[in-house]
Amino acid sequence: MRWLKAVGDWFDQRLQLSAPVREAMLHRVPSRSASWWYVFGSAALTLFILQIVTGILLAVVYVPSAAQAWTSLEALNHDLPLGWFLRAMHGWGSNFMVALVLIHMMQVFLFGAYKYPRELTWIVGVFLLLMTLGMAFSGQVLRFDQDAYWGLGIGASITGRVPVIGGALVHLLLGGPIIGGDTLLRFFTLHVFLIPGLLIALVGLHLLMVLKLGINDWPMPGRVVRRATYLKEYEELTRKDGVPFVPDAIWKDMVFAAGIVVAVACCALFFGPFGPTGQPDPTIIQTVPKPDYFFLWLYALLALLPPQMETPALLLMPPLLIAFLILLPFLSGEGEKSWRRRPMAVAVMALAAVALSTFTHLSRYSPWSPVMNAWSGDPLPAEVLQGRSALERQGALVFQAKQCRNCHQIGGSGGLRGPDLDRVAVRLTRDQLIRQVLQGGGNMPAYGKNLRPAEVTALVSFLETLRPPGQPPARDASRPGAAKAELAPSPGHP
Amino acid sequence: MKFGVLLNSAIAALLAVPIIGYLLGPLRSKGYTSWVLLGPLTQFPEGQTRLASFRNPFVRPWDGQTADIACWVRRLSGEDFQVFAVNCAHLGCPVRWFAQSGLFMCPCHGGVYYADGSRASGPPERGLFEYSHKVENGNLIIQAGQLPTLATQARLMSGRRSSCAG
Repeated sequence: MRWLKAVGDWFDQRLQLSAPVREAMLHRVPSRSASWWYVFGSAALTLFILQIVTGILLAVVYVPSAAQAWTSLEALNHDLPLGWFLRAMHGWGSNFMVALVLIHMMQVFLFGAYKYPRELTWIVGVFLLLMTLGMAFSGQVLRFDQDAYWGLGIGASITGRVPVIGGALVHLLLGGPIIGGDTLLRFFTLHVFLIPGLLIALVGLHLLMVLKLGINDWPMPGRVVRRATYLKEYEELTRKDGVPFVPDAIWKDMVFAAGIVVAVACCALFFGPFGPTGQPDPTIIQTVPKPDYFFLWLYALLALLPPQMETPALLLMPPLLIAFLILLPFLSGEGEKSWRRRPMAVAVMALAAVALSTFTHLSRYSPWSPVMNAWSGDPLPAEVLQGRSALERQGALVFQAKQCRNCHQIGGSGGLRGPDLDRVAVRLTRDQLIRQVLQGGGNMPAYGKNLRPAEVTALVSFLETLRPPGQPPARDASRPGAAKAELAPSPGHP
Repeated sequence: MKFGVLLNSAIAALLAVPIIGYLLGPLRSKGYTSWVLLGPLTQFPEGQTRLASFRNPFVRPWDGQTADIACWVRRLSGEDFQVFAVNCAHLGCPVRWFAQSGLFMCPCHGGVYYADGSRASGPPERGLFEYSHKVENGNLIIQAGQLPTLATQARLMSGRRSSCAG
């Protein structure tokens, strides 16, 4: 042991590091801040280190070439021993890291930790969040499969909406005229050199500020932050009611971080790696591209925004949102920290959480997308065909063959883009059905040019039978004669 | 001290010129379009819309299959063609042709187009992007080269009908 100490002393004499390290370890934190609520940041850092390690190991095999990236991922998945596990660790690590960074941010926001004097720590944190999202997106691109290819197309299409310089920006984003080898290399450079380098630097800065300024004190209702007195109050608090960071606080960080790493490993083991899905061949158009989990909300937003609002929303919302986050500590740098006395903060947080989870949930089954193979894959339920006339059955055939099913459900299967038609005859009269089929409207294309009159007659006859037994069909009150004819029992409903 | 800062700033500014020039490399004033052979007319039956593909005229050896670009070819009759990009005008997902209902449908956000490429419904603000084309020696030739987006489609549209007549 004595020689170990001698070696240590030799190094310390030259490095002069032991004093600052000891100071950092033993610095006093408010005893209530040594809490299970204050473990998310350090867990995110642990995952970042895990991502660096697994990322370097993957880079040993990955080929950043449009022609071979996909094949090299397949080799990792299937040929190299445990290659699949490393890919799975990196993929799940990414998901967990985004989640933890978000949770960390929510906690910091609700605990008022961004207030004086920690404004800059928060701002650096905002950039760390943006870079984490940048890593998640560029990582998805590096998994150079169909989803990545068309995801890049979506990115290029959004970029192309920038006024005046949109075209130039698209070519700069893609590194050329099309999504290809140069595009992949751009994102490779971002994912492997540029963003990680910045992340390491900013994480260091973020940590340094936490050490220098001290961890946020536990928010107490009524304990108000004032620039003039805060520093003195904080110093008094840590002196009177403080505990050394090591070991009183750090053991919780270590236990939680260990649990998170085990959770990542378990997910990797049980669920395996993400993709790659089909190969990035743009001539294979039988694909339904979807973004990764953390961008699903954007996918929903792009489907649900009114078309004329899309471009302004896409181009203005992100800068406004980022500006709001950066300005937040200047807008409310003083005052109450406790969420019990900050109803607006809680409301904003709840709204953001509800909106994000609703959009994400909707994206899981994307009701706005036509089901491209419903017309050929989903049979009509027998009930809607039993006891129907020849004309009505002919109409059912038209309904399937003309891909109506891709957007309309019958009997619980089919697309959700349009309304489900199980009870359409209760809602629409014969004339309204004909008009809707021929002219379209709402989200429906007009079929006037694509259906012969005989097909329209058959289709509408079939649609008129779609109502629950015992419910009368819709009728046109302005036309008593027509209404009487419609009220007569149809052959379909004996 | 002041001189040193000035000297280094000047050198940094000088170095920035080639670096920025390098980064702006993908921008080309003459754009990225070129005539590409799509195939003999016999490949495209009259009155039908078919998927065709071509090798992008601007490629790198490491582009692999990403440089194989698909497009929809609609032959109305004789030499009257329309050639559409597969990329939805909304956000670029690949639209699929349904001959039975005469519609193009997009799997992403539900954009729908009629057979002539005009917008039918859904989020797209316009019809499908079209490539300029001409017929020479019994071959269909289109002007292509770049991913069509709202900003990069202008050149694709230019002189569609006139080139057809010529």
